[in-house]
Parts: sequence; structure tokens; C-alpha cells
Amino acid sequence: MGDKQAIRAGLRRLVPLAILLGMILLLVPLGHLGDIVLERRVILALLNLVAVVGLYIFMGNSGVLTFSAVGFMAIGAYTSALTTLRPMMKQTFLPDLPHWLAVLELSALSGTLLAGGVAAAVAAVVGWPLMRLSGIAAAIATLSLLIIAYIGLGNWTAVTGGQTSLMGLSTWVKLWPAALWACAAVTVAFVYQETRWALCLRATREDEVAARASGLRPVPLRLIAFVLSAFVSGVAGALYGHFLGTLRVESFYLDSTFLFLTMLVVGGKRSLTGAVVGTLAISLLTEVLRLLEVGVAVGKVNLSAPNGIGDVILAAVMLIILIFRPQGITGGREIGQVTGSSRKEIP
Amino acid sequence: MGNLLQILVDALSLGGLYALTALGIGLIFSVMRLANFAHAEFITCAAYALFALSGSPLVMSLSAAVVVAVTLAILTERVAFRPLRDADQATMLISSFAVSVFLQKVLIFAVGSRAKPVDPIPALAQTFMIGGVQIGVLKIVTILTCAVLLLALLFILKRTRYGLQMRAAAEDFTMSRLVGVRADAVIALAFLLSGILAAVVAVLYTAQTGFVQPRLGVQIVIMAFVATVIGGLGNLWGVVAGGLLVGMGSSLLQAFLPPDLRPFREAILFLGVILILLFRPNGLFPSRGLKERI
Repeated sequence: MGDKQAIRAGLRRLVPLAILLGMILLLVPLGHLGDIVLERRVILALLNLVAVVGLYIFMGNSGVLTFSAVGFMAIGAYTSALTTLRPMMKQTFLPDLPHWLAVLELSALSGTLLAGGVAAAVAAVVGWPLMRLSGIAAAIATLSLLIIAYIGLGNWTAVTGGQTSLMGLSTWVKLWPAALWACAAVTVAFVYQETRWALCLRATREDEVAARASGLRPVPLRLIAFVLSAFVSGVAGALYGHFLGTLRVESFYLDSTFLFLTMLVVGGKRSLTGAVVGTLAISLLTEVLRLLEVGVAVGKVNLSAPNGIGDVILAAVMLIILIFRPQGITGGREIGQVTGSSRKEIP
Repeated sequence: MGNLLQILVDALSLGGLYALTALGIGLIFSVMRLANFAHAEFITCAAYALFALSGSPLVMSLSAAVVVAVTLAILTERVAFRPLRDADQATMLISSFAVSVFLQKVLIFAVGSRAKPVDPIPALAQTFMIGGVQIGVLKIVTILTCAVLLLALLFILKRTRYGLQMRAAAEDFTMSRLVGVRADAVIALAFLLSGILAAVVAVLYTAQTGFVQPRLGVQIVIMAFVATVIGGLGNLWGVVAGGLLVGMGSSLLQAFLPPDLRPFREAILFLGVILILLFRPNGLFPSRGLKERI
């Protein structure tokens, strides 16, 4: 009897994960319904989801603001590109590569995992000292990291091609791979946040002093989340590269940082559901705005919004949600969480 | 020797610009704990005001720049930041980021993203010689303006009633409200001063670079932002020192780095920033009021 209850309780804990994975998989038939443009938009939304989940793993659980996630995406993207490009292509575009890298040609899967691994390794090295910081100092330090990654990759011409685009990546990221990787990212984040480490980290988020007094050490706890978050971000970067087929350092800077932060904050930065809901909501909104810019045929008249208004509305929505609902759409709750819903949330 | 003088003038004028920008951010931070990223757009919009009135008399274009920046500053405070006054620092930072992006997108929407030429004060383009070295009038004017503004601000803060109230609010906001400081007025004043500083930076910066574009403010503000943090948020002198430090550091790195490494100049600078933060998380000159009490 006791066993059964324990199993049932264990299964019940998985309900939020099941619902989230269901939501993601529902996007696949949606992508098949429409034209090629819609399909690409769905894939992009799924990839954004991987990136936002990467951001969430650290920011959501630790409560520390970070700007460096996009930098780790850039590291992942270039790692995967450099290790999976055909040696012939590398000779044309990057003649100055070191020999061992120039002849290396990994499979898509190992290239993607390596992308996450390299990003995680960098995060482990730079994160160890940085994890002591919180608040504004952490924000500025991680912003500095992002800028260093941007300038470093943008000027390291021998390896990254510098300011020119890196072309010729194999474009294997279609609808199904994107959906599966998104599911994998959500699963990783979910399993992590059910672990002891994540619960302890959330305790330091709610009240750092009380958590310290209870014997928790924030630095190693944060570092675990930071490294895992960098791994997922690195994978997200690699997926972007193999979706677009070309890489530019410009795509991994302030604009995308703002987009991912928007998605996470709009959804609710304190729950995984928030990350998923926020990404889907903002993706839907951008899609609607794009359609409006293209124009809607009403009868014989083609109504279209002026170009560029989409970005303005997007930023305005972000601002309005922040002002009226600082905890985001989900308010920090997980979807379908039976035990959590009756309990009062700590603000 | 002569070369050294030129490098020093360059370093001081860039440092002064960053110090003024950092001061605009620091003023607001010290009264309401908001790290205001949208300061960038105060500068950009003032610069566009200069562009719009570039044919007209100097007085008109300069006062238009000030009016635009101040109006924008007070408006954003009222609409976006006042409702969030009690939110945590991270939420406020993200919201100022959102305001910044919003204004930037509106600008791009309204005027396009291409850079446009502007020359707010043509007279400043002249140069003169000191000891065989050519020095731009603009550089000297920049340094002098920064010095005068810093002194003026010091006077306001130390010698007037409003300055006293602002310093009290910076020290302990709740306590100062309890003894009768009007919070809304003090915050509005901080935004007003910050808007004026932004307008001045816009004039000096566009005079140096000669063009306006929607991302103009962001470049300065990222540096100034970093400067306020390493100087010590909440401490105005620390903020000025941070601005000078970052500007001079950037300028000196440009002058003395070997050419191969020059593209990485900012990366090196930001590495220094991270190092400073690691050893002094509250900045080089931390303010006393910043420490959280339990």
C-alpha cells in the first residue's frame, strides 16, 4: 500500500514535465500544417525554447541575473561549426586554422554535444570566481563576459572568420530534431530542478542569509546551475548554426540577449513552465506581428502594418507585463503541479 | 613628450564623457536603486534633436536637446519606473533594459537605422598648437565642460536644500522619507539632472564623432554602466572616478597596445572590470548605505 502511494506521488511529480513535453510535441504537426515559412518559424521557436531553458536553469533557480548565456551560445555555435564543417570547406574559408582542427570532422550529434561540453567547460572555469557575486555586480560581470566573448570571437579571424559570416554548415536541424532537442532541454531542466542541489539553490534565492545560516554554500550550488545552463546554451547555439547554415558573431549579442530575457521574464522567470510559456507566447506574438507587417487581405484591400512596428510592440509588451505582472504570466508556478497549487507562493 | 600630452588630453576627454554619463546613471541609482540602462536613449534622442535642428541657431538646437532629454527622463520615470519602485534590483534592471529597447525601436521605426551626419557646434572643429602638438579645441572644451558640470553638481548637492535631500535619500531612502523628504520630488529632480547630463554628453559626443544613429547612446552607456559599478554604485564620487578610470583605461590601451591586440582592447578592459568586481564586489569606493541590513 505504502509502495503504491510512493509510486503515485512520484508519478504525480512528473505531471508538469509530461504536460510541457506534450505542448512541445503538439508544435510538430502545427509546423507540418502550413507552408515552409511557418515550418521555419516553428523550428525557430523550438530553438529559442532551448536557449531560454538554458537561461532559465541558472537565472530561474538562483535568482541571479545573467547576461552571459548568449555568449555561451556563441561558443557552442562556433565549436560545433568548426568541428563538423567539411575539411575542404574549412580550407577555403579559414585557411589559418591549426592543423588538428582543420582535419577534424565530427558527426552532427557529437559536434552538438561537444558544443555544450566546451561551453560548460568555459563556464566552469570563469564561473568559479564569478559565482560569489550577486545583484548588480553579477549582472555587470556577466555582461562583461558577453562583451568579451563577442569581441573575442569577432576578432579572432584565424579561427572564427571574424566579422565575415561562416558559411556551409550542414543544415540538419529540421522540425523533428528541433522538437526532440527542445524536449531534451526541458527534461534536463526539469530533472535538475527536482534534485537536492536545485532545491538548496532555490533556498539561497529566497533568502541568502537564512540559507547560509542553515549550512548551505551558495557558490558551489550556483556553479552547478551555471555549468548546466551553459551546456544547454551551448547546445542551443550549435542548433542555431545548423538551422541557419551560416554563423555571424552579431547574432549572439545584445538583441538576442534581450529577446531571451523577454521570453523568460514574460513567462515568469521562477518556473520552467514560465520559460516554455514565455517562449511560446512571444514567438506567437512575433509571428502575428510579422504577418501584420506582410499584410492581411480583408476583402480587396490589403491591410498592412508599417515595417518595424513589430519590434516596437514587442518591447512595449515586455514593458507592460513587467509593470503589471512582475512575476510573469505563470507567476512562478509550474503547470499541473498538484502539491504546489494549494500552497501559497512566497512572493 | 608632445605625443604624451596628446594622449593625455584624449584620455581625459574620453574619461570626462564617461564620467558625465556615469554620473547621470549614478544619480538615479543612488536615490532609487535603479541601474538605468535607458539613459542611453536619453542621449540618443537628444542627439537626434540636435540633428533635427542642425541648421538653426546654436541656442535653439542646444536647448532643444536639453528639453528632449529632460522630458524623456521625467516621462520614463513616471510611466515605467514609478510602478516598479518596490521591485527587486534585477526586475528594475530588466525593465530599464526594456525601456531602452523600446525607445530604440521607436527611433529606428521613426528615422531609420542609418547613421546621419551632424555637426552641432562647427566652431569646435578647430585645432591649436601647444609645444609643437596639435590639440583639438573640442577636446579641451570637453574636459572643461566636464569639470564645470562636476563642480556645479557638487554645489547643488552640497550647498542647496534639494541637494541635501538628495544626499539624504541616497543614504537611507526610508529614513529620509520619515523625516519629511518628498520622495517623488527628489526622484524627479534626480531624473531631471540626469537628463541634463545626457543632453550635454549628446552634444559633446556628436561633436566628436560627427554622426547620429539609433545605437549611439548604447555604446557610451555600456561603458558608463560598467564605470558606475566598478566605481561603486551609490557613491557619486566613486562613480566619477569609475568613469574617468574606464575612459582613460580605454584610451591608454588604444595608444599603447601593440597593433595586433588593438581589436581586443575592449575585451581586455572588460577583463579588468571582472577582476575589479571579484576583489571589490561593491566597487572601488563602495557607498555605506548599499550594504543590506538584516
